[in-house]
Amino acid sequence: MPAIEAHHLTRRFGTITAVDDLTLSVDAREIFGFLGPNGAGKTTTIRLMTGVLTPDEGTVQITGIDLRTDPLRAKRCMGIIPENSAVYGDLSAIQNLVLAGRLYGLSTVDRNRRARSLLADLGLADRADEKVRTFSKGMKQRVSIGCAIIHEPAVLFLDEPTAGLDVQSRRLVTAMILRMHEQGTTVFLTTHNIEEANALCTRIGIINRGVLVATDRPEVLKQTFDTTQSIEISFARQVDPLMFSHPNLLRIEQRGDKFRIVTDNPDQVVKYLASWADREGVRIASLNTLGPSLEEAFLAITGGS
Amino acid sequence: MRLPLFFQGAFAVTEKNMRIYYTKPPVFIFGLLFPLFLFIAFFMGRGLELSRFYPGFLAMTLFFTASSVGPLITPWEKRDRTYERLLSYPLTVGSIILGDILAGALFGLVISLLIWAASLLIFSLPLGNPFLLSAAFILGTVTFASLGTLLASPASDTPSTVMMLSTLVRLPLIFISGIFIPLSVLGGAALAVSYLSPLTYLVDLFQGAMNGAAVIGPVTDLFALFVCILLFAAGAVYFQRRNLIKGL
Repeated sequence: MPAIEAHHLTRRFGTITAVDDLTLSVDAREIFGFLGPNGAGKTTTIRLMTGVLTPDEGTVQITGIDLRTDPLRAKRCMGIIPENSAVYGDLSAIQNLVLAGRLYGLSTVDRNRRARSLLADLGLADRADEKVRTFSKGMKQRVSIGCAIIHEPAVLFLDEPTAGLDVQSRRLVTAMILRMHEQGTTVFLTTHNIEEANALCTRIGIINRGVLVATDRPEVLKQTFDTTQSIEISFARQVDPLMFSHPNLLRIEQRGDKFRIVTDNPDQVVKYLASWADREGVRIASLNTLGPSLEEAFLAITGGS
Repeated sequence: MRLPLFFQGAFAVTEKNMRIYYTKPPVFIFGLLFPLFLFIAFFMGRGLELSRFYPGFLAMTLFFTASSVGPLITPWEKRDRTYERLLSYPLTVGSIILGDILAGALFGLVISLLIWAASLLIFSLPLGNPFLLSAAFILGTVTFASLGTLLASPASDTPSTVMMLSTLVRLPLIFISGIFIPLSVLGGAALAVSYLSPLTYLVDLFQGAMNGAAVIGPVTDLFALFVCILLFAAGAVYFQRRNLIKGL
C-alpha cells in the first residue's frame, strides 16, 4: 500500500490554477524529492497533502486513510517540518515538544519521555527549559523537527528543511531524515537544493506551473536528459570568460574561482581549453569533466535557463 | 467526524492558548485595565446606588475579559507562522476555534468570578439566585469569548489591527446595553436598539439573578445568549475557513 496517494489534485486561487490535476503515489519507506521553480506549486501541493488546504478536486490518502473524510486520523500518521521553523517562541523547547505530543494524541508519560529523549538526540538537552525565542534559527529548526517526529510518524513531510541553516544544523537535519527513513518512515521532501535531493532521494518529482512534469529515479532523470555534459576548470590567475570561443561551448557559468562550461562535445572543448591556456601562457589549476547533472535535467524539464 | 479526537485537539489548543496568550500585554490592557478604568470613570464619586448598577458593571467586566483573548490568537499565530503548522496537526478549523473560545471563556470566567467574590466581601452585595448567576457567568463568558474569536476572523496577520477593530466593535456595545442607563428606564428607540446587543441580555440576566429585577426575563436572556453563541461560533468557523489562506 502506498504511503501517500494523491489523485487528480486541483487547487485554484481565483483565475490561477496553482495545482493542476496532480496524481502522485509515494511508496512506503521511500524518500521522495519534490522539486520545482519558485511559484511552481510545491507549497500548495504540500499544503493539500498535509490537510492545511482542501483541494477543489481530487483526493489525498495517507497510509490508506482519506484526508478529506477522516482528517484527524490521517494527520496523526504524518509529521510536518515547515520551511519556517514555526515553533512557539513563548514556550520552552520541552513545552513545544510536549504540546506537539499532546496534539498527536500521545499519553502524558509517553510525550514527556519522548520529548526529553528527542531533545537529547537533537543536542538541546541543556536548553530544554529555555524559551525558544532565544534560540538561533538552526536550534529552532531542531525543535521543529522534534515536534514533527515526537509521535514517530509513518510519513514525514519536509518543506525546505535545510534552507538558511549553517553546516552543522544542515548535517544534523540530514542525519535525522536518514535515521527516520532507516526506521521505516516515508519521507516527502520539498527542496530547492538539487544536490540535496540527488543525494537523499530514491525518487524525484518535478512540478512546473502546477503540473507534475516528471517523476523518476534521479539517475534515470539525468540519463533521460543526457544531451550535455560539463567541464569544470580553474586557472592560476584571473581570466575573462569572454575570451573563450568554440562552437561546442554552449554555456559558461562562473562559480567562485572556477568556470563550469556546458558542452555537447567535452573532448573537443577540453582540447580547445588546453591549447588556449598554452597559447595565452595561463596555467590550468584544475580540470574536471562532469557527467549529466540533475540540475541540467531540472532546467531542461522546467524550461529554465 | 471523530468526536474524541476533535475534543482532545480542542483542549490541547486551549492549554496552549492559556500558556501563551494570557500574559500578552493587549489581553492585560483590553481585558483588565480597560473595564477597570471605565468603572472608575462612570461609577466612582457619583453616588450611584451600587446594587442597581453593579450587575451592569459585572457584565461589562465579563464582556471585556472574555472577549479580549480571542481577537489576539489567530493574527498572532499567522504573524509568527505557527498557524499553518497548527492546521497541519490533527486539528480542524472547528477544533482550533473551540480551543480559542474555551481559552477566552476560562479567562473571562476566572477574572469575573474573582471580581464578583471580592465585591461580595467588600460591598456586602446580595448573593442572589445561584442557578441564574451560574448560568449568567457560564453562558456570558462563552458568548463573548465566541465574539472575540469571531473578531479574529479578518484576514490580518497584524494583532494590533485586529485589537483595534475589536475595540471599535466592543466599545459601542457597552453604551447601548443598559449598563450606564438601566433597561428599566430606557424606552422607545433606545430600548429597541439595546435588544440588538448581546450584552443587554447578560446585563438583564445579572439583574434578574442579583436583584430579581430582570426587564426582558431570564428565560429569554438565556435563550438569546445561547443563540448568540451559535451565531458567533458558526460565523468564526465560516470566516476563518474563508480567510484561511490569507496571511499564511
